[in-house]
Order: sequence, then structure tokens, then C-alpha cells
Amino acid sequence: MSELFQFDFIRNAFIAGLLVSIASGIVGTLVVVNRLSFVAGGIAHTAYGGLGLAAFLGWPPLAGTVPFTMIASVIMGYITRKKHERSDTVVGILWAMGMAAGIIFIDLKPGYYVDLMSYLFGSIMTVSNQNLFFMAGLNLTIVLIVTLLYKEITGMSYDKEFAEISGTPVTALYYIIIILITFSVIMLIQAVGLILVIALFTIPVSIAEMYTRQIKHIMVLSSVLGAVFCTGGIILSYYLDLTAGATIILLAGTGYGIGYFIKKTGMEEK
Amino acid sequence: MINTKVIELKNVSYSYGNYPALKNVTMSIEKGDFVGIIGPNGGGKTTLLKLILALIKPDKGTVSLLGDSPRKTRTLTGYIPQETNLNKTFPISVKDVVLMGLISKRGLGRPFTKSDNQKADRIIDKLDISYVKNRCIEELSGGQRQKVLLARALVSSPEIIFLDEPTASIDSSGTDEIYDILENLNKNGTTVIIVTHNIGVLSKYIKSVACVNKELFFHPDGILDKNAITKTFGCPVDLIAHGVPHRVFPEHDHNRQKLDLK
Repeated sequence: MSELFQFDFIRNAFIAGLLVSIASGIVGTLVVVNRLSFVAGGIAHTAYGGLGLAAFLGWPPLAGTVPFTMIASVIMGYITRKKHERSDTVVGILWAMGMAAGIIFIDLKPGYYVDLMSYLFGSIMTVSNQNLFFMAGLNLTIVLIVTLLYKEITGMSYDKEFAEISGTPVTALYYIIIILITFSVIMLIQAVGLILVIALFTIPVSIAEMYTRQIKHIMVLSSVLGAVFCTGGIILSYYLDLTAGATIILLAGTGYGIGYFIKKTGMEEK
Repeated sequence: MINTKVIELKNVSYSYGNYPALKNVTMSIEKGDFVGIIGPNGGGKTTLLKLILALIKPDKGTVSLLGDSPRKTRTLTGYIPQETNLNKTFPISVKDVVLMGLISKRGLGRPFTKSDNQKADRIIDKLDISYVKNRCIEELSGGQRQKVLLARALVSSPEIIFLDEPTASIDSSGTDEIYDILENLNKNGTTVIIVTHNIGVLSKYIKSVACVNKELFFHPDGILDKNAITKTFGCPVDLIAHGVPHRVFPEHDHNRQKLDLK
């Protein structure tokens, strides 16, 4: 096992796995309790348009992905916040248009080759030192914001009307959550790819929810579980020569099954 | 002369798109009143509450709460929403729900203090729900959940408390318990405004009645006449209530024929 750590790319992959686990644990909890999984999926898939735009303009991937995804996520946030009766349809349209725009941008760049698979299913083994700094900075921002606004975020997530009457700036908080989701999605695409982002947002949280019913505990437990799945997935994918992102998600899915079984067995014994 | 009006609405109208919910509502509520807002489904009862609390803006007219714009003064009130609108499986403990009632006192980004926790514990004790204090809300019965929401509304010692269908999902003994708590609060000076279908129980406690069905018929003396009740519900209603004074509404028409209200 120790030979794994001889390689810089594996070390970076482990660190990236830990960093995405913190983001997915905290922000994933907000996604689940606010029932924003569909919006998070929409944001993840729209990010592909940003990747295509960056490729078309010859920019670094993040330079295209961040503004493109941010604009799309704010539009989705606005529509869902207003409870537009067709908000799910509009999110679905943006979801599809983002993907389509990404493909068209790449088509329009003559002779440009993009490894589609690395964006669709992630490439945690190729995370650079620069990306690790970006991820660490983003994690720090997420932890600071959620710690500082924990009581307001929890209050708003449980009862928006009461929070509003209590003077909580619910609209601003809602957009803060949408922006946190957006940045986390961009970070998670590196690890598991845009198709599997939702799985990393929701599976560890769903397991944690079986064992604890306090939001802050769910955030911590799902971050720990995410770290276990990412680390285990990287090790398995290395030895079995598999795609790391997909292995992480299959491991997480198996973990969900085991967690459910243990919980159910424990309850039946009581 | 001291103005004792805690709520004033002048010519307030509100529509959901092309659907008018309330038309030209004018009313005022005195400090210390116990107001029952009654009316049929879709009549605009909850809309009226939301207008008073500035959760929605009126299309026309003005609303004043505690002598100022509701946006400024609503933090001085307590609010219990319809419990059915809340996520019953939300992962949160009873104590944490009650603490939410102190968010307006604490301020943005500031954690709850020891004194906040003591206040929450006191109201939890007072409402006799300390045995479920650390439980998650999903483990509670409808009546217990309603008391938790009541504790959240009362923890900040509000001047006015608003309740939207507070007894919709609880049994009759739980309903009586909630109303007894509200009556005690009212005796101690808190203005109580309650939206409900349950006019039978309500009539024992209220001092004033507001009948809402697109329009508003306000009865500061708490007594309804035949015309108002039939206008509000669109049919005769038979309500026999105990309490002082007894309120006996007209016999119900079993054929449920809609009256000609012209």
C-alpha cells in the first residue's frame, strides 16, 4: 500500500478526495434538506457549457466554467425561489442547454480535442497543485460561511416564512446556498465528473441521516463518509485499473446499502 | 389620546395573478384583543395574515403593524404557520426549533448565548414539553409539534401572536390545551390573532371575529349576525358553542343550498 504514496498524482488525488468530501458533506446536506437535488444536478450539467466556452476561447477551464455556471445557477435559483409553476421544466431546459452549448462550443473549435470522459466522470488522478489550492480555498470559504450563518441557514431551511418574519435575509441566504452549490459542483466535477456530482452530494448525506438527526452532525458524518469513499475508491481504482470517479460512487452506493442494512437490522433487534 | 390599535389595514386588496384574494379590506385591531379570523377555504384568511406580516405586498392599500411598517415591526410578533406547510422529517431537535424564535433578538451571524438557551428551556418547561426537548421533531405527535411551534413563537415574548390553523392536525384534547394556553396569554396582555376553520372551539375564547371571504366583515363585539355568517360561508351555518356569551348561529340548511346573498 505504501508504494501508492510514492506518486505525486496519487498523493494529490487523496488530498483532493478529502477536500471534495468536506465540500460535498456540508453543501450536500444543504442540498438535501432544502430539496435542491434537481437544481444541483442542473448546475452540474450546465457547467459543461462553461467548459466548452473555455475550450472555445482558449481559456483555462475554470475561467469559463465559473462565470457560465454562476449565471445559469442564479437563473435557476431565481426561478425556484419564485416558485414558478414550471420551475422544474425550466431547470431541465437549462440543464440540457448547458450540455448542448458545451458540445457546440467544442464543435466550433477546429482541431480541438477535449477528453469528454474526464469531465463527465472526473479525473481525480490528474488534479494539479494549483487545483488543490483552489479546492482548499473554497473549502475554507464554505466552512466559514456555514459556521457563521449556521443558525440562519438552519432556520430558513426549516421554515422560510418564520425566518423572514424574524428578520433573516432569506433571499440573500438562498442565493448564498445556490452559489455554494455552484462552487462545490465545480470542485466535485474534478473528482467524480459532472454526471456523478449528485451522487456524492446525496449518498453520504443519506447514510448520515440514518444515524443522526442534527444538521451539523449530518454535515460532519457525511464529510467523514465521503472521505472514506473517496480514499477507498482511489485505492480500488488504482489496483483494479478502473475509473476513479465511478469507483468512488459505486463504493458510496454500496456503503448506502450496508448502512441501510445495519440500521434496519439494529432497529429490528430493538 | 393613546392609540391602542396594534394593526390597521386601509383599503387593502390582493390578487394571485388574475384571481382576486381580498378586496378593499379595512380593519383595525386593538391591543389585547383575541381575534378569530374565520371563513371558507380559499376565502383569503391566510392571505390576510401574510399581508399583515408583510410576507406579501398588497396590490393597493396600506398595512400598519404596531404603529409602523410591518417590515420593521414584524420581528416583535410571534407567528405559527400552518404545520402542514412544514417538512415533518426535517432533521432538527425540539430545542433547536424553539431557539429559532430568538434569531431576531440575536442578530445575523451571532451564535445563541447561554441566556438564549435558558429562555428556550424556560418556555419549553412552561408548555410542558421538556420531556421531548432533545427529540427530533419527526418523532413527535401533531399536538406536541404544535406546542413546539407555539414555544418558538412565544420564546421572544411577542406583543402579538399570529396563528394559522393551529389545531388542524391535532385531536380535541390537544386543541383545548392550545386554546387554554392562548387564553392565558391573552389575559396577560398578548394580542392573539388566529386563523381557523374550527369556529366551534374558537367561539369560547374570542373577543372579536373577522369573517373573510374575499371581502371582510369585522365584528369587534365578537357576535356574528345571520347575514354575516351566511355571506362568509355562502350557506347557513349551525354553530352551538358553550362559553360566555353563548353564541348560537342559525340552523344549518341540510340541503346545502347556496343562499341568494343579493
